[in-house]
This record gives sequence, C-alpha cells and structure tokens, in this order.
Amino acid sequence: MFEYAPAPESRDVVDIQPSYGLFVNGEWVDSLGGERHKTINPASEEVLAEFSYAVEADVDRAVTAARKAYDSVWSRLPGRERAKYLFRIARIIQERARELAVLESLDNGKPIRESRDVDLPLVAAHFFYYAGWADKLRYAGFGRGDGLGAEPRPLGVAAQIIPWNFPLLMLAWKIAPALACGNTVVLKPAETTPLTALAFAEICRQADLPPGVVNIVTGAGETGRALVEHPDVNKVAFTGSTEVGRMIARTVAGTRKKVTLELGGKAANIVFDDAALDQAVEGIVNGIFFNQGHVCCAGSRLLVQESVETELLDALKRRLSTLRLGDPLDKNTDIGAINSAAQLDKIRSLSDAGEQEGAERWSAPCPIPDKGFWFPPTLFTGVAQSHRIAREEIFGPVLSVLTFRTPAEAVEKANNSPYGLSAGVWTEKGSRILWMADKLRAGVVWANTFNRFDPTSPFGGYKESGYGREGGRHGLEAYLDV
Amino acid sequence: MSTLTTPLAEAASSNAALRALLHGLPGVDRVGADQRAAMLGTRSIKTTAKARAIDLAISMVDLTTLEGADTRGKVRAMCAKAVRPDPGDPSVPKVAAVCVYPDLVEQAVQALGRSGVRVASVATAFPSGRSSLGVKVEDTAFAVAAGAHEIDMVIDRGAFLSGDYRKVYEEIAAVKAACARDGEGEDAHLKVILETGELATYDNVRRASWLAMLAGADFIKTSTGKVSPAATLPVTLVMLEAVRDFRAGTGRMVGVKPAGGIRTTKDAIKYLVLVNETAGPDWLDPAWFRLGASSLVNDLLMQRQKMATGRYAGPDYFTLD
Repeated sequence: MFEYAPAPESRDVVDIQPSYGLFVNGEWVDSLGGERHKTINPASEEVLAEFSYAVEADVDRAVTAARKAYDSVWSRLPGRERAKYLFRIARIIQERARELAVLESLDNGKPIRESRDVDLPLVAAHFFYYAGWADKLRYAGFGRGDGLGAEPRPLGVAAQIIPWNFPLLMLAWKIAPALACGNTVVLKPAETTPLTALAFAEICRQADLPPGVVNIVTGAGETGRALVEHPDVNKVAFTGSTEVGRMIARTVAGTRKKVTLELGGKAANIVFDDAALDQAVEGIVNGIFFNQGHVCCAGSRLLVQESVETELLDALKRRLSTLRLGDPLDKNTDIGAINSAAQLDKIRSLSDAGEQEGAERWSAPCPIPDKGFWFPPTLFTGVAQSHRIAREEIFGPVLSVLTFRTPAEAVEKANNSPYGLSAGVWTEKGSRILWMADKLRAGVVWANTFNRFDPTSPFGGYKESGYGREGGRHGLEAYLDV
Repeated sequence: MSTLTTPLAEAASSNAALRALLHGLPGVDRVGADQRAAMLGTRSIKTTAKARAIDLAISMVDLTTLEGADTRGKVRAMCAKAVRPDPGDPSVPKVAAVCVYPDLVEQAVQALGRSGVRVASVATAFPSGRSSLGVKVEDTAFAVAAGAHEIDMVIDRGAFLSGDYRKVYEEIAAVKAACARDGEGEDAHLKVILETGELATYDNVRRASWLAMLAGADFIKTSTGKVSPAATLPVTLVMLEAVRDFRAGTGRMVGVKPAGGIRTTKDAIKYLVLVNETAGPDWLDPAWFRLGASSLVNDLLMQRQKMATGRYAGPDYFTLD
C-alpha cells in the first residue's frame, strides 16, 4: 500500500578520476613499479577507478617525505599552528560532506543514510576534537614525568593501516590525533576502499597542509608489510583483523616502534527481561546490522534472558522484516552491499558452518539484487557457546542468539571469548548496569544503546581485540613520547 | 506480551490489578525512542510514493475547529471544505471527518448530509476534563444524540498521574457506554485523548494507551491541541507500538490519532512512515489512523498541485475557512 519510490542520492557530486597515483610529499606520483588494480562498487561490480599497489620503494619514498616534513616543519610548529590546519581540514570535510558520503557509499557499499548521518559527521567531529587538543597537550596528563606540565614530544613518523569498513572514519581516527600531537603520517587505506583516502589527499592540498605531513600509499598486504617494516617508522597504528595484528606485533617486537592495534571482536549484546524491549530490538538491529555487520565492535552475539526469549525474538524478526536492502545510494536503504566477494564468501561459509553445527538459520525475507555482493540480515537461534558462529568473528549481518538465566551466567558467557572489544547491556535497572560494566571484560560497555561513537570517548579492546586506545584524551597517548 | 495472558476483565477488577498490569509493561527508553522516530523521519518519500501519501493523508484528516468563537457559519464552511477540499479539482479525496464542539454537531451533520464525511465531537468537559462524571456522560450523550459518529473524549490526567487508574478506566467505560445508540444506527466510535503533553514520560504514554484500550477505546489520540507539546513523532511511535502489541495480545485492533502541531506535508508523511514501519500497513487506512489538523489540508493541497503541475500556486489559490 505504501511502497517507497526510489530516492537515490545523486552521483553527480563526486568526481572520480579514472586512475590514481600515490600521494607523496604533497604531490601525486606514479608508483615505482607497483601493479595496477581496480576498485569496484560492491553493489554493482562496476569499476570505479584504477590505483596502484605501492611497492617497497614507494613506501620508502613516502616515509622519507614524512621524515623530512617532521624534521623541518611539523614538529617545529607550535600546537596552535597545527590546530589551525586541523580546524581547516575539519571545515573542508563538512563543506564536502555530501560528496564524501556518496564516494564512501560507492566504494564501500554502505547505505548513504549511514555515510551521511554517521560516518561523515563523526569524521569532521574527530578532526575538530583533536584540533582542540593540539595546543593543550601539556595539560593532557602525559607530560614527561616531571609533573610540571612540560610539552610532551611527538613520536615522529607514524605508519597507519586502516580497514575497509569505515574507510574515512578510520582515517580520521588515525590522522587527527597523530597530527595534533605533532607526528607526520604515511597511511595505507584498504585495497577495496581507497577512494575516500585519496579524496582526503586532495583535502590536505586544499588546506595547504605542508607537503609530506600526510602521505597516502595505496595497496594490499605487501604494501602494509613494507610500511610496518620500514626502519624509519616510529609508530605503527593498525585497525583490522586479529590475524594481521599478530603479524604486526611480531614484526615490531624488538624494535623501538610503538604500536597500537585495534582488532576483531565478538561482542555480547545482553538483554535482560526488564529491558525496554522495543528499544532493545532497535539496539540489537543497530548493533549487528549497522554497516552490514562490518563493524569490529558489532553486537554479534545476542545474549537474551530466557524469560523474554520468545517475545524478543518475535519482535526482532518482525523488525528485521522491515529492513530495506538494496542500492546503497537510495536514501531509504537500511542494508547495503557486502564490501567484497571475498568477504561474502567468508560470511557464507561461517553461516553454513552454523547450520551444520545445528543452529537454526532465519533470514529476513528481503529481495536480493542480481548484481553485486549481498547477504540478507540473518539470525541463528539455538546457538551454543561451542559453535563457530558464537566464537569467530563473522564480520557480516549475522546474529547468533544465545540465552542465559542469571546475571552471573550472562557475564560468564559474554566474557568467554578471546575477544574483548565491546558489550551491550539492556536493562531498566541502573545498579545492574554498573555491576555488569564492572564485570565485563570489554573496552566499551554500552548501556541501553549500541554502536554509539563520540570523539571524546576512548575506544579499544581487551585481550585479542588489541591494545591502545583511540579517541578522547586517552587517544593522545598513542602518539606522544611518554 | 506476557501480561496479556491475564483475562482483561480481571485486570481491571481493582486499582491494584490495573496498576500491576500497567507497571508490568516493558519500559520505554526515551533516548532510544527519540532516535528511532528521528531515523524514520529521514525516510525520503518522493514521486509516486509522495503522490499516494498526500492523497492518503488528506483522506485521514479530521478537519478540526475547536474555538470558543466557532459559529454555525464557520462549521458550514469547514464542512464544505471537508467534502471537496479543492474546489478546482474533484480528484482530491474527501477528508475523514470534521471535529467540532458538541453544540455544533447538529450543524455539521446537516451540512455534511450523505457525503460520507463523519462528524466527530469532542466531549467530557474538553479540553481539561475537569468536571463530574455525570456532566461528562451527559456531554457525550448530547453529542451522540445530535448525530456525532465519533466522540473524542479526554482522560482525567490528574487521576492518571496520581495513580488512580481505576477512576480513569471507569470514566472511559462510562463514556463508551454513552456512545451507544439505542435501536437504530451504529454506536459512536470512541477516541480517547491521552493529552500526552501532560503525561511527561513515554512510560506514562504507554500505560495510558493500554489503560484506554482496556477500557474500550476504539482510537487513542495524543492531544487536545490546547496543550504544548501536542503530537510528536516519538509519542506517536510509542502509541503505535501499543496498538500493535494490543492487537497481538487480544486480537482487537485500535486506531491512533496524533493531533495538534501537524502543519506540513512533510510532517504528515513522517507520520505515515511511522505507521507503516511500526504498526504496519494495516493501519494505513482512515478507519485506523487519523491526523487531527486544520491548516495541514492546505499544505497537502499545495504540494499535490505542485506534483501535478510542477509549480506552486500562491496561498490565495487555497481556501481559508
């Protein structure tokens, strides 16, 4: 009766070059021999642009440029001057927000509603927030131990490697604090989503950022390895899989490089029987189906108290049936495309494993487009702690439902994971929230909400979810010599 | 909902029983409800969907005048508009109902004749509801006798806020009884105005919704329009969840009417999206969802004409009544 007509956001606002080089020392340069690869729109498999997989020599050139910029310009600038650049970048991002949101949705497959209403506002907010810190670092509590508030020193050249799930937002999380503290950076975006990082390079030029302060080298694992292994890098910051994180930790062990890792997760979203159920349903949806579940802190394990299990699952299935999957650029789309064929394979194989191990699969009855990579919002019931879908990170729109009887059992099950990035607690009882937050081994515990981010709030994991914190005052520590 | 297994009559047998039921309903988290309503407000309804939504919204309007200065002439004029909102375009649907004070019901019934537009009357010492039960019942009976098809009553907010749920329940039940038309014709439908602007919390909105439905409301309505805030999206969201859950638990379907403060086509469409994605498409029908408004109709007409012609006509081309 009330079908929403297509309401696509216009693509005209973006200007994608057919081919991109590397951004080194403020200039676009060709790779010194790297292969050319294509980045595609995962919703249509249409080729968007070509770019290079940077080789060791490219990385070396970028690190050299960053070192030079660090020594000659950036580390010598007073904080208030660095702040001006960051404020300028933040404002340009706001001015170009629509363009960047469309570009992000094209390259990543996420719905424009999310890139427009979540990613881009947070990207700008991050730059604004750390711009504010640049001239106040001596008051951040990370002085050189003399207690007199001496200006803490930056580290030098930061090698930063970011994932494909929030390309521009992860760039902001990395670059904003690094620059605010006085470091220069070489950043490698993921090989499936290089376009917004390349657009950010243009923004650096538009902001007249001194050459070499930000360098962008595109590529895949080999480029990342060359960057991490480069001897003149002082700091490695990585967001991605636990597997790659381990390799990085091994590589930098025994060197003077500082490292922060933000890795995988298998968060428990815990719903008690006294929760505000309609809002809990929204929180579960937002926890695991936001960004197609491509979220390291996704609430991929639903722990529901047995006394409300049926009621909650009925409500959840009813709600999932209203989710609108399709064209990421349609303003009414809730669920976009899976970022790559490889990721889709991984989601499929883990889901199949769930069925084989005896869990019951239910998928929202939404039509799936013919082209592109898609996976319907799916939940598994009858999941046991020992099932792979309860232990391994799926990184897709797949929810594993488990039950519990008592708060202690909820805590035990939630913590029974090698990961410890985030958790959610849904109850109307304030004292229980505090008790749970105290017991849960997770870097972030959300109460009666999920997947809420703010630049003022530190983010990071326990256990195999990584170490170091990003965001807030705590996020400065990773980029200061303390 | 687990609470629904209790037989309804037993649930209303005492204030304690009512209290147990209403306070046993799941809470409403304000932040989450506001967020959900705001998210649904970002839906983009364009082209053919917009055209259909505009016509649907027009057909759901309760065209309202509730002023001390209302006259028979004013009501006559409004009734003409209700039947034919745009004199130049017969394809515009008629509105659902007109809504007037009890003493003007007879006038409205006369003016509307067999047009199919229903007559709603506020009653029960509207808008404050501060009078005796006898007066409220009498007020209702007077409007019903004059031919009102629908009665918009107000609840006793004082009693509700002080926890006297049984009193609120009994008043609604008594007014419902007064809506009966002995012998000929269908009973008047009862819309129960919760005056959510005075209930302060969404938990109260959910409880008042259930209380009204248990007591026999055919519709639950947000506001009198005399208290600010009147209808809001999150309050309507909570009420739509209530009618959805009530039907799931009892099998009985109850309508929803946000009223007051809905002035633009954009607002109206947001409400339709809310209905569509909360209670579901069954409620997208003038029999189950109404918009209490007056100036809204002209904006809907203006947008409708813009969609047909590509141009906005000036406000002088739309009738003021």
